Amino acid sequence: MNTETDTPLLRVSGLTKRFGAHSACCDVGFEIFPGEVLCIVGESGSGKTTLLKCISAQLQPDHGSVEFDTRDQGLADIYRLSEPMRRMLARTDWGFVFQNPRDGLRAGVSAGANVAERLMAVGARHYANIRHEASGWMQKVELDARRIDDLPDTFSGGMQQRLQIARNLITRPRLVFMDEPTAGLDVSVQARLLDLLRGLAADLGLAAVIVTHDLAVARLLAQRMMVMRGGSVVESGLTDQVLDDPQHPYTQLLVSSVIQA
Amino acid sequence: MIDVKNLCKSFVLHNQGGAVLSVLRDVSLHVDAGECLVLHGPSGTGKSTILRCLYANYRTQHGTVRLRHQQRWVDMAGATPREILTVRRHTLGYVSQFLRVIPRIAALDIVMEPLVRNGAEHAAAKRSAQAWLERLNIPQRLWHLPPATFSGGEQQRINIARSLIAAPPILLLDEPTAALDGINRQVVIDLIDEAKRRGAAVAGVFHDTEVRDAVVTRLFNLDISGAPYGR
Repeated sequence: MNTETDTPLLRVSGLTKRFGAHSACCDVGFEIFPGEVLCIVGESGSGKTTLLKCISAQLQPDHGSVEFDTRDQGLADIYRLSEPMRRMLARTDWGFVFQNPRDGLRAGVSAGANVAERLMAVGARHYANIRHEASGWMQKVELDARRIDDLPDTFSGGMQQRLQIARNLITRPRLVFMDEPTAGLDVSVQARLLDLLRGLAADLGLAAVIVTHDLAVARLLAQRMMVMRGGSVVESGLTDQVLDDPQHPYTQLLVSSVIQA
Repeated sequence: MIDVKNLCKSFVLHNQGGAVLSVLRDVSLHVDAGECLVLHGPSGTGKSTILRCLYANYRTQHGTVRLRHQQRWVDMAGATPREILTVRRHTLGYVSQFLRVIPRIAALDIVMEPLVRNGAEHAAAKRSAQAWLERLNIPQRLWHLPPATFSGGEQQRINIARSLIAAPPILLLDEPTAALDGINRQVVIDLIDEAKRRGAAVAGVFHDTEVRDAVVTRLFNLDISGAPYGR
């Protein structure tokens, strides 16, 4: 896996999104390269989720551009692509892990069908092969593959989250967006999920943008970090730099507020 | 291999009324291949801070922090996050003073990781990690356990193995023997010697005089004002 390429996987420039008079995101810019994990950290209302939605084609920004390194056209503004192309990207090259796994799973179909859906959406038809892939991915996320035909709501929250991850990763996306992937889970379940994410990101060479309010998650998963407050990025750098040598008053406040167990 | 010029580092504590801690003032030093530069001075004079600036863990206000990386010089003070990550991955080994253990990953996997990350074949990386753990006297029954429950000395040795296994050209050691007994202190002395002989540049903080005297090529002295003195 070559992480020394010069073309970024994602380039965000001057991104601004307003809701009426309120600026949710103001002039945000950054680049992500293959294999990098970036954490966007901030408290409630900082604009981090809005930013995530804008860069994952879920919410069109008012200003600025979001360019993705498409396989055939190179860097292209995702909002200038056709709708079918955007949908194709969302199903193959991108992944989105929602905070609440029920937002990222289909409740009415089996675990296996959930995991395999993206494969079928890109034309896979051979039933036995699809089932075999789905089963393999369930095992990769440490779910019992014998439960392939069970409905999602028969799984616990932590297991549903892992199901959601498998569902996204099966098409080996190059960039995965995650919105508070471990919030709401029990601490021990969180720990296991973080291990899994860390291992998968390393093994698959994933690039990821993870929104979280939890600095420990950032420390564990991300090499780079951006701190948001009131819609603006107040500080960014390597995760260890930002956490060990915070420059901005708000970052210093955030870091000093974390209680060590 | 290491070339620092006019390094200034201070901390501004915004939430404590903007108090300024000026830790390093106009520090210049260099380390050549095969040398071990010992950073020396009382507690609080900025020795660990220098190492953290070399590792680009700390930001700097002034000066250049150049490291020799793959036949060119990289100024860590001005490099992009990507460049810093590349230098850390291929050129730097850093043993920090305070152990931050990643929970729930087995000791063997922690030690193997730098090799695997750089593309080494899994079985070979595993054998190498096992050899390092043996060298550092970590009993086999601990290899598949996460280090969170290990003693301080055992954790420190895992840290050392992980930092040295990929034979980095530049080594930054912050009190690597603080928690170690006599036998393992000697192992670390031998490891530093071997590193110097293979041409690595070592910069370190050693409060233990036995270890310091065994590994030092030159001393770099810091006094209480964060400014260097003497030679």
